[in-house]
Amino acid sequence: MPNPPAQPKIRRRNPLEPYLYLAPATLFIVIVFVYPIIEIFHSSLLQNTASGIKTIGLANYRLVVQDPVFLDALGNNGKLLLSVPIMTVLALMIAILLFENTRGRIIYRGIIFLPYILAIPVVGQTFVYLLGLNGILNTLLRGAGLGFLTVDWLGSPTWVIPSISLVIIYREMGFGVVLFLARLMSLEKETLEAAAIDGANWWQKHVYVTLPQMSAVIEFFVVVELITMLSWVFSYVFTMTGGGPGFASTVMEFYIWEHAFAFRSPGIASALAVFLLLITSVLIALQFRVRRTSLEEVDR
Amino acid sequence: MKTANTPARIRSFLSSIPKHVVLILFSVVALYPVYYMFVTAFKTRAGWLHDQFGLPVPFTFQNIIDAMNRGNIPLWFGNSLVVTFASLVVSTIVSALAAYALARFHFVGRSFYYNSMIGLMVIPPAVLILPLFVLMVNIGLINTLPSVIIIYSGLVIPFSIYLLVSFFKSLPGELFDAAAIDGCSNLEIFFRITLPLSTPAVVTLVVVNALFVWNELFVALVFLQNESVKTLMPGLTLFKGHFTNNEPLIMAGSLIATIPMVLLYLFGQRLFVEGLVAGAVK
Repeated sequence: MPNPPAQPKIRRRNPLEPYLYLAPATLFIVIVFVYPIIEIFHSSLLQNTASGIKTIGLANYRLVVQDPVFLDALGNNGKLLLSVPIMTVLALMIAILLFENTRGRIIYRGIIFLPYILAIPVVGQTFVYLLGLNGILNTLLRGAGLGFLTVDWLGSPTWVIPSISLVIIYREMGFGVVLFLARLMSLEKETLEAAAIDGANWWQKHVYVTLPQMSAVIEFFVVVELITMLSWVFSYVFTMTGGGPGFASTVMEFYIWEHAFAFRSPGIASALAVFLLLITSVLIALQFRVRRTSLEEVDR
Repeated sequence: MKTANTPARIRSFLSSIPKHVVLILFSVVALYPVYYMFVTAFKTRAGWLHDQFGLPVPFTFQNIIDAMNRGNIPLWFGNSLVVTFASLVVSTIVSALAAYALARFHFVGRSFYYNSMIGLMVIPPAVLILPLFVLMVNIGLINTLPSVIIIYSGLVIPFSIYLLVSFFKSLPGELFDAAAIDGCSNLEIFFRITLPLSTPAVVTLVVVNALFVWNELFVALVFLQNESVKTLMPGLTLFKGHFTNNEPLIMAGSLIATIPMVLLYLFGQRLFVEGLVAGAVK
């Protein structure tokens, strides 16, 4: 009997056994991911007409590319991506402050992480009031004598996306703080002490010693949040603005949903979904970069 | 000796003040919306109109009572419990079995399967939703709880497998070899050794996935359109539509929907943190 290249850890009586264990998970994956991904390409070539469903080739795609709202929606997702660097820097700053202040660390962390466990519809609805014409933000502005700056934050085409970004940063930042703090706690104390002995100031110490050691976890957080900004912002938009005013806060997910269920044009919705799928595919490469534990690596 | 020490301690105390000021500022911002939801839920409508931001004076439980009686919140709450519980049971068992195969066996397609799970974590639900909708209509599951249970289970499986594989891999291999020599079948090893030893990882996974399923809106909105089968999140958006001008009542509904996760958080903060950090920090 020839020796297998790698010694199997478990004596196998039946070579099909691992596949048996994978079968239930595979069934779910096929139903929820594989079938819909194949079907979305197919249905993007169809059109619902009074006389039934007919194949219309790439016409849906042509309509989508010419649709200004599609470009707006893409642009809005793009603008939301800008909140990722902001929340990353804020989260890093807070994590470092928490790391250096042992007193109250657990309590601060608990409070700052709290928004992350709140449901988006709940957060969204609360901010509808807080960002309203007479909400806390405008009241504070008036109180500070800056009444001329008050805006209907979610009702203004200019301010609606920055306002939604603010809410997303509010909820997601705590996740970053927790991740970064966990990494900071595992840093070797010696290098930081050595830097202090060598006379590095606070700024130098963190820029030259702390941050380089944290690059992997920062990259991880950034990728997770980039994915969030493209794939998981529907609930914010749905609960806070319904895509408005006009289409000013429509994002890709929301526009797909609108075409599929409100405008009843599944062909267009499918073509939009294919575009979103292609865009997120780019992120898969990044995803592999940050979740780079390949099985071989895990094997060690 | 004590006097020599004091100036240094005062200095370190003074230098930590600006840091605490920043941290307190961020804490206030993080807590404020929660505070607002909480106090508004206990205000009368007139009280809220008079003072949006202060403490609830006069204080009333009426909104909580109304939210329980006038909407379908108790029903939706029950549906959310059923959906969350069923999705977690199904996805955890199914993912654990698959992760066991990936962690302990060598077979053709192993790397491909594992890498596919990492890739699938990126796919937006918006891409999947329309074909799934048509499928659920065709098999008669639309507007039933099983439709979202199947979808939630499927959506969390890639991450669950990813997390469990790395944990199973960290268990000492000798244990499994010994059990195999003693004549345990692989399935026996899974149930008697792997699973019991993995309790911390499984509990962590359950907590993180519970948060996702309980708070999910998009899928529930599309697949649960009848009022009687809604879960809390789509229910709340309907509730909001019914009582547009009654802010305290809407906040009372939101508060009720939030309590289970806040309780879970208070009791399992460590688990949340571990689950979310797992895989990111090495």
